[in-house]
Amino acid sequence: MKLRLEKQPLEWIDRSQSLTFKIEGESIPAFKGDVISSALWAKGLKVMGRSFKYHRRRGLLSLANHDINALFQSVDYPNIRGDVVSAEDGLSLTAVNTFGNLTRDAGSLVESIAKFLPVGFYYRAFYSPKFLFPKWESLIRHMAGLGKVDTNWTEERKHKRYHYCDVAVIGAGPAGMSAAIEAAKNGVDVCLIDENPFIGGSLDYQYVNESSLESVRDNLNQTIEEMPNITVISSAYVAGYYGDKWLAVNTQSGLIKLSALSVVVATGVFEQPAVFRNNDLPGVMNASAAQRLIARYGVAPCGEAVILTSNPEGYRAALDLRKAGIQVLAVLDTGRPSHDWYEQVSDLGIPVYKEIQSIEAHGKKQLHAVTFQVNGLSHTLDCDGLLMSVGWAPAGAPLYQAGGKFSYDEKVQQLLPKTLPQGVFACGRINGVFDIYDQFKDGKQTGLNAAEYALNQTLSPCDVLKSPTPHSHSYPIWDHPKGKAFVDFDEDVQLKDLKGAIAQGFDNIELMKRFSTIGMGPSQGKHSNMNGIRILAKLTGKSIDQTGSTTARPMFHPTPVSHLGGMRFRPERQTALHHLHVGSQAKFMEAGNWLRPEYYQSDLNRQACIEAEVLAVRESAGLIDVSTLGKMEVFGPDAANLMDRLYTMTMSNMKVGASRYAVMVDDTGVIIDDGVAVRYSENHFYVTTTTSSSDSAYRLMQKKIVEWGLDATVLNRTGQLAAMNLAGPNSRKILAQLTDLDLSNEAFPYLAMRQTQVLGFDATLIRVGFVGELGYEIHLNASDAVPVWQALMAEGAEFGIQPFGVEAQRLLRLEKGHIIVGQDTDGLMNPFEAGMPWSVHLKKPFFIGKPSLAKLKSLQKRKLVGFELLVEPSNGDSDESPLESNLIIESGDIAGRVTSVAWSPNLDKTIGLADVTMEHVELDKLIHIKLTSGALIEAKVVPLPFYDPDGKRQRPEELLEGDVA
Amino acid sequence: MKFIDCPPIGRRALSEFVYGGLVKHEPDHENVSESVWAEHVFYRHSHPQIQKEWWYHRPTGMWFFFERDTLTDVIHHVSVATKGYANEA
Repeated sequence: MKLRLEKQPLEWIDRSQSLTFKIEGESIPAFKGDVISSALWAKGLKVMGRSFKYHRRRGLLSLANHDINALFQSVDYPNIRGDVVSAEDGLSLTAVNTFGNLTRDAGSLVESIAKFLPVGFYYRAFYSPKFLFPKWESLIRHMAGLGKVDTNWTEERKHKRYHYCDVAVIGAGPAGMSAAIEAAKNGVDVCLIDENPFIGGSLDYQYVNESSLESVRDNLNQTIEEMPNITVISSAYVAGYYGDKWLAVNTQSGLIKLSALSVVVATGVFEQPAVFRNNDLPGVMNASAAQRLIARYGVAPCGEAVILTSNPEGYRAALDLRKAGIQVLAVLDTGRPSHDWYEQVSDLGIPVYKEIQSIEAHGKKQLHAVTFQVNGLSHTLDCDGLLMSVGWAPAGAPLYQAGGKFSYDEKVQQLLPKTLPQGVFACGRINGVFDIYDQFKDGKQTGLNAAEYALNQTLSPCDVLKSPTPHSHSYPIWDHPKGKAFVDFDEDVQLKDLKGAIAQGFDNIELMKRFSTIGMGPSQGKHSNMNGIRILAKLTGKSIDQTGSTTARPMFHPTPVSHLGGMRFRPERQTALHHLHVGSQAKFMEAGNWLRPEYYQSDLNRQACIEAEVLAVRESAGLIDVSTLGKMEVFGPDAANLMDRLYTMTMSNMKVGASRYAVMVDDTGVIIDDGVAVRYSENHFYVTTTTSSSDSAYRLMQKKIVEWGLDATVLNRTGQLAAMNLAGPNSRKILAQLTDLDLSNEAFPYLAMRQTQVLGFDATLIRVGFVGELGYEIHLNASDAVPVWQALMAEGAEFGIQPFGVEAQRLLRLEKGHIIVGQDTDGLMNPFEAGMPWSVHLKKPFFIGKPSLAKLKSLQKRKLVGFELLVEPSNGDSDESPLESNLIIESGDIAGRVTSVAWSPNLDKTIGLADVTMEHVELDKLIHIKLTSGALIEAKVVPLPFYDPDGKRQRPEELLEGDVA
Repeated sequence: MKFIDCPPIGRRALSEFVYGGLVKHEPDHENVSESVWAEHVFYRHSHPQIQKEWWYHRPTGMWFFFERDTLTDVIHHVSVATKGYANEA
């Protein structure tokens, strides 16, 4: 192993456990604890990826989870981040975004035509001529993108967990650890979250060789381990901050929703690269990346290093490299240093060039040399490593998302938190505190504040500990006439691109971002936005604060959908009759939260099963479980008034023992629910709602009682009661076997309601049309439903009774032209448009939505109509059959849509409902349905209902006149 | 997670509540002009403000009034929705 160093004091690798993985067929040796990038680098493989646009060779940049140019593809996953994902034995990887491989990539030809591809070229180049656009689009889509998604993916769902603590500390570096301990000492429960597998942060890679800190480090680690009220969540990042201190903590095993009383953000800073010619060559990296590489993985960043620096940290890196046995050729300082680490570097005899004026890297496949100017003189040094230590940007996403405001501090040359929401605190380098002992102090005082906030105590005053000297260069950017000075490594955005964008008028931070795509790659600008802001500020002559910054929205980091989705937890309700349906081979479907039999399976196919059920109902008898209907009892002196106000029809004039169709609309007159209302007594009603609206209807009823100040009560009995509908010409004979009630038409006419006993159990019987046959709806306690269902099935056996499911019910009701709210109506349809003007009683003094309906009555623009196909599609060819939501097209324009459609075995034709504009509602009018295949077929508007237009079958013994069903 | 101190049911998670809209007085149906009715049904000014809102607590089936600052999302006052508030005006 070429660049592997001797054992390092705090390294993460286990040298006793070797493993091997493959990249593009080549075997790579590694140790347990290595990440993919560290193992590749150790072998001397410095080209880890090809850049997004120009396919340039790229190596390491941050080694901190933001190396977008070292992404890999396995069989199962695209875009694996080499700088954080563990090397696993037997893993086989390829690079992403290459046309060939890492060594030879045909995509790099793009670079040779780069001057013809200026910033934003695709916005301007391809819109004309229009007919060529699809070709350009296809080409660009082929060129763009990183890893490839396996379209034969298998569903993967991670656990989602909930966790509560008093104080959440994000980031377990020197400040975060100190904050966690201090808060815990004050008796609160603390969660300490860090993205790395081990806590320690910069203390463990930037201060490894500071022997004075050894005991401090041991003490911090031991205290955190020993304190029972500190929970460490490692290998986890805070993906988002949500209202009232709710953190989305993403771990490898799934998302934790962490609710805290106060939050300490000790996320630190992202090291920012310098911008100069060829700053992207493999071998050019952030100084902190080199320190991580050495400290964590025992891998040398290079053999001979040059360090570009604007702060003391660059000298610390020089010392660390020297300690690891790596030659440091020179330190190039942009200013005039005066601090301990500079003295130590000088004492070691490392040349330091001060106030350097420009810098440029050289190399074809990787870094070979660096040229820089001092006092007007040009120097060139041959080297294979150039470490950049020119500044920092806050890892401020949680603070921004919490509503915190940042302001640029000229002293530190860094954006610092200016105002923070109550209970949200920041400490450490994000707070501008750079001295390591000050970081401990800042953590301690902030941890105390966080505990005090959680305990509702007055906050102790804090010292301002921010650095008196800058740790970032105010403009670490050196232009070069030949370009290739990269600002954004994700998207290959160069300095000249930003200049071009600004020159074209995109001189606002949000506009420049979108036009140039800076910060829009997978790292979301973590190492490009700060330089982008500096460039924009300089070129427009504004301050950093005037220039502003883009908002860092959740997710902080790409978070797998399997984590966000989590396990599928939602209520699933079964009716009291569920196990009977299972016994009858029901095929279940979801209806709201409920499971309902779609149909009952037999030896026949699905369609034949449904037709058999339909036929049984029409010819003899069928039984359906309608327990999923919402069931409300309404009582009290104002019950009738409440019913009048809730529904469009008058309910107060209903006789005791009668039933009535009930439609509810909202303030705008749109149908939101329908059901059947019955009157038990003067002040006692019972009303059903649709399956899916039982909760919302109940909620609305309760709200309106409060709002209107009525003396009425609503009980939601949906779960307590079961209901079933017995329908068909023989239903009366079957029911008569189980009740003493006189079922004759005179004693129990159509639309009447009776409270009686069935099989000895209390039950409410309602003689409703429902499916258009003689029928009885039976409502009774859920506990009594099973014996009654079984008895009805037993008594009906001699008549060939069939249980029927939702599909048969839909067809039966469609034949009668009955609408299904939410299926045949949409979010804008009122009762007039639904073809039910009779259901709106505008003479009532008050009901919800009345002024809207009064206005809408004369403004009708569309209507639900019945249609039948003129020519039946050839049997079983679904391509030729209309489907729900197929459009009605007339003279090239959309004139409506199909809302329900089915082949009716009773009528021997395809029938349906369509929502069409008023020009097409006349009977016998031809309309044209656009099939999914694109073909148009003709249909004819026909009167409703399709089946038994006189309604003789649902009230066989009566003479009919102008009643409604 | 937001928690709401909600007498008489105590401190409850926001996920237990359903928003029920702004508390407002419905115009008299008989004498309302079209423009006033349209304003009532369709228009919300959306200015940041402390406003009175309906919130329904699902587990108990109770309606509450929250006085909530829409700028800061701070709930300043919580009370059980009182009957007939619409008649008070």
